[in-house]
Amino acid sequence: MIEFRSVSKEFPDGTRAVDDFSLIIPSRKTTVFVGSSGCGKTTLLRMINRMVDPTSGQIEIDGDDIAAAPPVQLRRGIGYVMQNSGLLPHRKVIDNIATVPLLTGVPKKKAHADALELLDRVGLDRSLADRYPSQLSGGQQQRVGVARGLAVNPNILLMDEPFGAVDPIVRADLQNELIRLQRDLDKTVVFVTHDIDEAFLLGDQVVILQKGAKIAQVGSPTEITENPASEFVASFIGVDRGKRALSIKKTAHGSILIDGEGRAAGRLVTASVDNVVASE
Amino acid sequence: MNYFLDAIQWIFAPVWVHGKSRIVNDIIQRVGEHVGYTLVSVAIATAVAVPLGYLIGHTGKGKQLAVGLSGAARALPSLGLLTILALAIGIARAPIAAVIVFFLLGVPSILAGAYAGLETIDRSTIDAARAIGMTEWQILTKVEIPLGLPLLLGGIRSAALQIVATTSLAAYIGLGGLGTYLFAGLGTHDFAQTLGGAILVAVLALAFDAFSALFQKFAVPRGVAATQAKEVRIRPHRPRAVVGTPTS
Repeated sequence: MIEFRSVSKEFPDGTRAVDDFSLIIPSRKTTVFVGSSGCGKTTLLRMINRMVDPTSGQIEIDGDDIAAAPPVQLRRGIGYVMQNSGLLPHRKVIDNIATVPLLTGVPKKKAHADALELLDRVGLDRSLADRYPSQLSGGQQQRVGVARGLAVNPNILLMDEPFGAVDPIVRADLQNELIRLQRDLDKTVVFVTHDIDEAFLLGDQVVILQKGAKIAQVGSPTEITENPASEFVASFIGVDRGKRALSIKKTAHGSILIDGEGRAAGRLVTASVDNVVASE
Repeated sequence: MNYFLDAIQWIFAPVWVHGKSRIVNDIIQRVGEHVGYTLVSVAIATAVAVPLGYLIGHTGKGKQLAVGLSGAARALPSLGLLTILALAIGIARAPIAAVIVFFLLGVPSILAGAYAGLETIDRSTIDAARAIGMTEWQILTKVEIPLGLPLLLGGIRSAALQIVATTSLAAYIGLGGLGTYLFAGLGTHDFAQTLGGAILVAVLALAFDAFSALFQKFAVPRGVAATQAKEVRIRPHRPRAVVGTPTS
């Protein structure tokens, strides 16, 4: 569990990126910070591994104040995946994945064997192990980035818009891969994105942020869609337009659902969410 | 063209000195002195400029000062400085004066190569290295130094080239080297000797550069070379045509 307690961050130039932010991030769930650029979501994420230190307030991981932890040790225990993979261009894929284990003294043979297993885990062929990052596609690089984040088997995985720079098809692939991984691994994932669809797809808990990292709403995707806390949230998630604004159209063969753009989104069936829950 | 033929002839003319052909004895000795001064000066300049350049490149501080001092050092007239230093610290210690001058000549290129090498690394790469838990020292030694190596070696290469050419001045204060032929030839109006000496300096400089290029090729780790190759490929081959804007 990660807990933010009235955390604020003011940068030297006077920008107040985070203003009195409090939140509990539950363990073994995916929490997504979503908001438009400049809302402080990345700053929040980077506070968890002390890449940014708060000006005031505390952050606790499982009850321990992280301000007391040496940054390097703290970071080695937390997986970190960033937008442009951040791989070391002069090292082979396998050495990139094994970077932190090698730093912490894991024997090279074991670190490399583990790295190969991680390649399988993230759905990459082992033959890529000896390539350099520049020889991989953007999507493959991101997968290697995820593998590196998992290399120390961390409880916490921080992901800073990891799929922001790849094309939509690859992004959908990577998102599904992450859902699958999370089902197997049960990490505490903290994910930052500006894409509300991605947030609703991946998040168990979605945190919608306004400027200064002010929480507009926290909740599961269902809760937020059902009951947007404010006009801002409603317009941000787009409940009144596009593919989330569904209406029923009766036809001769049953009811179909029409989205905000007038396209058929699906068919109305009787099985509701309640039925699914009841059958489980 | 006559001068050139004379000069070539001068180089290969078997003048007998101390019972040995001058080609073996004299020229080799001068080349030895020349290379010696060059290597010592480059080595000292590297030893001083590289740590300084890394400090500037890693912290991002002090760049203005370094650029300013480098510019000033580049502007120093080597011959004047050599004369003043040799007179100031005594002609008996002239080799020290010479090495100081050549050292000052080499420092700016190497300093620039060292900090530019670190500066041109993608910030997100370094940020990621820090975020996954590398210490500052590990970031420097495992990320910045390998990735900055091509530019650093380029800096050392250009410093060596400048020094090897300028070492000809050592003869001006009686320290030998290939400059001996230049000054002797000028003094006696023996232009074949002057030109011969100049050709030898040029050949030595080319040889140095070729050797540095080879060293650069083999010293750069394969992965770093791979990133370099990619950069070359994505750079446009030709500058884009300038599309004229209508002038009013």
